[in-house]
Amino acid sequence: MFFHGAVKSARNMLIGFVEEVGDIVLFFTSSIRTVTQKPSRAPEIIQHMEFIGNQSVGIITLTSLFTGLALSVQIYLGFKIVNMVNLVGPTVALGISRELGPVLTGLIVAARAGGAMAARLGTMRVNEQIDALDVMGINVKQYLIMPRIVAAILCMPLLTALFDFIAMVGSYFMCVVLVELDEAVFMQRIADLLEVRHIMEGLFKSAVFGLVFAVVCTYRGFNTKGGARGVGEATNRGVVLSMVLIIVLDYFLTNLIRLYYVAVGISG
Amino acid sequence: MSEVAIQITDLKKTFDGKDYVLKGIDLSIPKGSLTAIIGFSGTGKSVMLKHILGLIKPTSGKVEILGTDIGQLEPDALTRFRCHFGVLFQSAALFDDMTVLENVCFPLLEHRRELPRSKVVEIAKEKLKLVGLDPKHDHKLPSEISGGMQKRTGLARALALDPEILLYDEPTTGLDPILTEMVDNLILETHSHRKGTTSVMVSHDLYAAFRIADYVAMLDAGRVLLWGTPDDFAKSDIELVRKFVDKGMKHQ
Repeated sequence: MFFHGAVKSARNMLIGFVEEVGDIVLFFTSSIRTVTQKPSRAPEIIQHMEFIGNQSVGIITLTSLFTGLALSVQIYLGFKIVNMVNLVGPTVALGISRELGPVLTGLIVAARAGGAMAARLGTMRVNEQIDALDVMGINVKQYLIMPRIVAAILCMPLLTALFDFIAMVGSYFMCVVLVELDEAVFMQRIADLLEVRHIMEGLFKSAVFGLVFAVVCTYRGFNTKGGARGVGEATNRGVVLSMVLIIVLDYFLTNLIRLYYVAVGISG
Repeated sequence: MSEVAIQITDLKKTFDGKDYVLKGIDLSIPKGSLTAIIGFSGTGKSVMLKHILGLIKPTSGKVEILGTDIGQLEPDALTRFRCHFGVLFQSAALFDDMTVLENVCFPLLEHRRELPRSKVVEIAKEKLKLVGLDPKHDHKLPSEISGGMQKRTGLARALALDPEILLYDEPTTGLDPILTEMVDNLILETHSHRKGTTSVMVSHDLYAAFRIADYVAMLDAGRVLLWGTPDDFAKSDIELVRKFVDKGMKHQ
């Protein structure tokens, strides 16, 4: 009896999950296909880029600086034991550009901008502002959703590049200024081991993360039900799901990129 | 009978496939009239309004607006068709990040892109003047003005594109008696200023409906119980109509 109940509830959960994924995919495709429709929404895209990008610069700078510092300390302490401190720089650079840069930027921006998107759209929904746009003859997905998704996709690689750079400044400060590793060796080893494709890999991932949190958070906000409580729930669920998806997707993207490298004959 | 603006034929709607919210609505709203849709809560008034706006699709039956069956329109065409409507929402539904003037300019900037900005502002100011809003409030946010002013702004925004059909979704619900009378008068004045515009007001404010409407339609259990002039309602011997009229008038 218990087993039967558990199977039934697992089946319902699975069906619910598949239905929701289907809804999100349809929501995304119906929104993104409006990108070429008239009127142009370039001003709205720029406005959202300012919010997602410019207004995230401060928090990204601060977090990336301390991420670079902390990571360098830990790697330095570990590598010192095996007498490999010359590799601290490239290890930090590879870790930041391929994994930590895109993932931490994704998590930070999803929490900040994604949460704001869900809350804003949720409030507009419960206050009938979205209905008002609808009956004014305005394509709400083109006006409200598509610019946010496009802005997130465009801003995330830029913010990740900033994160990578500032984190490496932090690493330089820790390794060269504080623990006095040789500057030339630090720089040379990074130049030897870090390739452009490693940075591009992280930037590609970050664009995918931007797409994911923007779609999830706008979907949650757009479909808010109820009043203030509904807005809170939509924001919470949007941000949490975005963060989980970013971490899970990172693993799959990493493997996908490795498979691509194998297919085109690149090692590492 | 004069020309018809809104023709609803055997409109049925169910959301779950079992219980019908609308059980076969037949209604003709004459062009240029002010029609009030009244009824107890949960009788399908708002669902019917959403059908008129094309926000939900009928399970069966059809809704023709100015001769166009809106159920047959593709989504993009339906979006464009909605320019025929102006809607005043119960909450006014103003965009809270825009000023009063920007709210009224917004539909013009979206749909009349050929107009220079100065002309858009001129039209918006004219509409705000029409609804009696003092220009000193033009640059205030909706949160900085009173509920009555928000309604006026909402109406000015609804009028911005000079729509052929004006819809009022429970415009006086939750307002105090003085504000209610002000909004009723505003609707009446707006309607009398705009000859040829068809106005539909969904309300359970019976007093207002009888005072300002040319025609009244009463919904009950998903059907039109009675459609006629306020006089027809006053003379009706249908028990539910009598009960509604007596209670509504006593309440006022």
